[in-house]
Amino acid sequence: MNKVMEVSGLTKKFGNFTAVDHISFDVTEGEIFGFLGANGAGKTTAMQMLCGISMPTAGKGTVAGYDIIKQNELIKRNIGYMSQKFSLYEDLKVWENIRLFGGIYGLREKIIAEKTDALLKRLDFEQERNTLVKYLPLGWKQKLAFSVAIFHEPKIVFLDEPTGGVDPAMRRQFWEMIYEAADQGITVFVTTHYMDEAEYCNRVSIMVDGRIDALDSPAALRHQFKAGSMDEVFRQLAREAERGD
Amino acid sequence: MKQFIAFANKEFYHIIRDNRTLLVILGMPVVQILLFGFAINMEVEDIRVAVYDPTPDAFTTGIAERIRQNPYFTYLGNVHSMNEMEESMRKGELELAVVFQQNFQENAVHPGDAAVQLLSNSSDPNRGSIAVTYATAIITGYQQEQLGIGRIPFQIRTENRMIYNPLMKSSYMFVPGIMGLVLMIICTIMTSVSIVREKERGTMEVLLASPLKQGPMVFAKTIPYMFISIINLIIILLLSYFVLEVPVNGSLLLLLLISVIYILLTLSYGLTVSTLVDKQINAVIVSAITAMLPVLMLSGMIFPVDSMPRVLQALSTVVPARWFIAAVRKVMIEGQGFIMVWKEVLVMTGMTFFLLGITIMNTKKRLE
Amino acid sequence: MIEVNKLCKSYGKQGKINALNGISFTVDEGEIFGVIGPVGAGKSSLFRIMASLLLPDSGTAIMNGHDAAKDYRKVRQIIGYMPERFSLYQDLSVEENLTFFATLFNTSIEENYHLIKDIYQQIEPFKKRRAGALSGGMKQKLALSCALIHKPEILILDEPTTGVDPVSRKEFWDMLGRLKEQGIIILVSTAYMDEASRCDRIALMREGEFIATDTPRGIIENYREILWSVEGTRMSALLTALRGYPEVKTSFAFGDKHHITVDESFQPDALRHFLADKGFHDVRVELAEPTVEDCFMAM
Repeated sequence: MNKVMEVSGLTKKFGNFTAVDHISFDVTEGEIFGFLGANGAGKTTAMQMLCGISMPTAGKGTVAGYDIIKQNELIKRNIGYMSQKFSLYEDLKVWENIRLFGGIYGLREKIIAEKTDALLKRLDFEQERNTLVKYLPLGWKQKLAFSVAIFHEPKIVFLDEPTGGVDPAMRRQFWEMIYEAADQGITVFVTTHYMDEAEYCNRVSIMVDGRIDALDSPAALRHQFKAGSMDEVFRQLAREAERGD
Repeated sequence: MKQFIAFANKEFYHIIRDNRTLLVILGMPVVQILLFGFAINMEVEDIRVAVYDPTPDAFTTGIAERIRQNPYFTYLGNVHSMNEMEESMRKGELELAVVFQQNFQENAVHPGDAAVQLLSNSSDPNRGSIAVTYATAIITGYQQEQLGIGRIPFQIRTENRMIYNPLMKSSYMFVPGIMGLVLMIICTIMTSVSIVREKERGTMEVLLASPLKQGPMVFAKTIPYMFISIINLIIILLLSYFVLEVPVNGSLLLLLLISVIYILLTLSYGLTVSTLVDKQINAVIVSAITAMLPVLMLSGMIFPVDSMPRVLQALSTVVPARWFIAAVRKVMIEGQGFIMVWKEVLVMTGMTFFLLGITIMNTKKRLE
Repeated sequence: MIEVNKLCKSYGKQGKINALNGISFTVDEGEIFGVIGPVGAGKSSLFRIMASLLLPDSGTAIMNGHDAAKDYRKVRQIIGYMPERFSLYQDLSVEENLTFFATLFNTSIEENYHLIKDIYQQIEPFKKRRAGALSGGMKQKLALSCALIHKPEILILDEPTTGVDPVSRKEFWDMLGRLKEQGIIILVSTAYMDEASRCDRIALMREGEFIATDTPRGIIENYREILWSVEGTRMSALLTALRGYPEVKTSFAFGDKHHITVDESFQPDALRHFLADKGFHDVRVELAEPTVEDCFMAM
């Protein structure tokens, strides 16, 4: 299997504080990789390094085939990113958002137009083409944001707490979209605070105090920690944390 | 009262911990004083001029006539005594006085040497010096003309005297302007931003849900800014006294009184802005456009109000800084007393109450 | 107690957006009442009206005998309110924040220390640290301490656990349990369905309406569907296969299993055969206990 992400000894220090402490792992093409950890465990910092927007203090790695230290500009062009906090411009229409992000990733106008039609049809959003994004229900926004994040067919897409606060039914529809993308070969790297969602991942890593303390499939982790659910696994690990919380 | 102090205290913490802003606040007056201290020349028009001519004759009426016809001058007429002239100049009605020596023509013909004094009101030194330059040119021109028609050679001596600003420092003009600008920026922009920040960050929601009343809360927020304004005022006065050598000619107490009224006025304006907007960026934009820009353009800080088009002159009457700057010039530079600035003080006090009224009307006790 | 009667609230031009559509409920002394629903259901509007921060278009909210609209001053003295975002002063230290809020309510940290002791002790080692430098869980604890410091009769917590990790969330609910024992009425909203079981009573909220109000157990007992769980490998493909089975009414992922609701004629063995034909062997099909989340989705 092809590796779309390989990192070893990745470290980030802020002064005396080691936010990310020698993490090593790899992610296979088409995999759904859950990246879990308590608040303050270092997830966000690690993600920033993987997306090429923060320079590691030590360690090396490749993302989408590019070196995270020397080729971070190329990484940015070959990944997708979506977070709960920001993903779409609320005061732009649905199609304007799609065109904007297509344009940012250098797609040709004609291709953008074709893909937009196909996308809106697939999402059953055709009548919302001219709606301002702020008037869409949250669940729809999130679906659209995800579609926009993979619009340029990146090798890997980073999802930072994509489903926070969403209706349970919508949350599941969202995960079905994630599965579809994975089936098309897009690797999904996702963080979440919903432990049931951790179960939907192929493999899960759990960060504690800047280190990765566990990494395996949810079933194997449950077995290893003799736990009934991922929630329990997480709690057992996070309890050992020494940092703030 | 305890709540009030706690609130003002908290506001002090916000300011003190924001090093960059603190540096800007305290550095701004210093930089501006030094920048504006050495000013730029500007076109001057409508110089109000009067003539004192104890013994009218052909020469003096000839010169007076030329001044009257000059487009840069507005001829107010003749004065009949030096006292009248001085009185008129103190009131600010008169900017330039042309004072002829007694028996001007006789002196010019017989010893061939006549003297004329040009007295300028130089609390606005640009205007003053330019007015003198124009008048000198006119007199010299007249002299050349007379020589041209074959009269015997004679000489006209022009003596220039600056009143109120004998050293003719341009910084005299800018110190009041800088005071007006700096106080406006701190009181209006900083105050409105600090209130709106609480709305934007969501802390306002918690404050609203507490028993603290809106009035005391808003008032407590202004305390630190009032304090900083007074520090700035002192910095400006010290800098202008020791670095630019601008003395305070009038009563220091009166100057401080005028400044405190202006501080209250600009704080009220900051509060008014804060009730109208919900985002910090909007607070900055609204304050900058409605407060800072008028100070720069319409207050007389850079462009003399007198030389503005009539429409802008009318518009400038609603700019608080215009009244403040005028009052400070009178007190600080011309050394006038309260009698001469009561109008400015009254206007600023009225504006303060007006803005406070609007603020109280607009202050919400709920979120919408 | 809290008595809410037919609250209505709408926003926008000509009241286009209905935030609340005639909400009524009561909460008794010493009860934790949970309002559970997704973002945009109207939870924040409801809580803001009860905290006297918004006026309802119609209806009343009576907080321990005081009308939130008319007696807003009184209401503000007896409630502790924690808005959706932890509203702390980021540039003030932990201790300064707490002192400030104590003074705001005319009290001091010492006076009511016993009330916050449990929670505050966990962040006390960091009391000189600025609130902005705290992690999500610690900010949440500080915000709760600030909302509690004046010994409120009613605590209103708007999504206190959003964006907080599962461990901190569990601790937080443990703290609420202890506060309840002090007789404080606790009103809390959340988008996490799994937190429902920590409440005495819950209301499931959707699009400005309470679609059900009961104890968590009562909600689950009222579940009318027949629920089975299906577990196996290749879960994504399995879900698609389940949707193709005629007796399956709904099917959705549920943690490491899939939950399906079925017709009364459903026979698990028939499903096992159906799945085996499609290549899914070693599939476990078992009767499942419904959860609040199942109930929410069925409504």
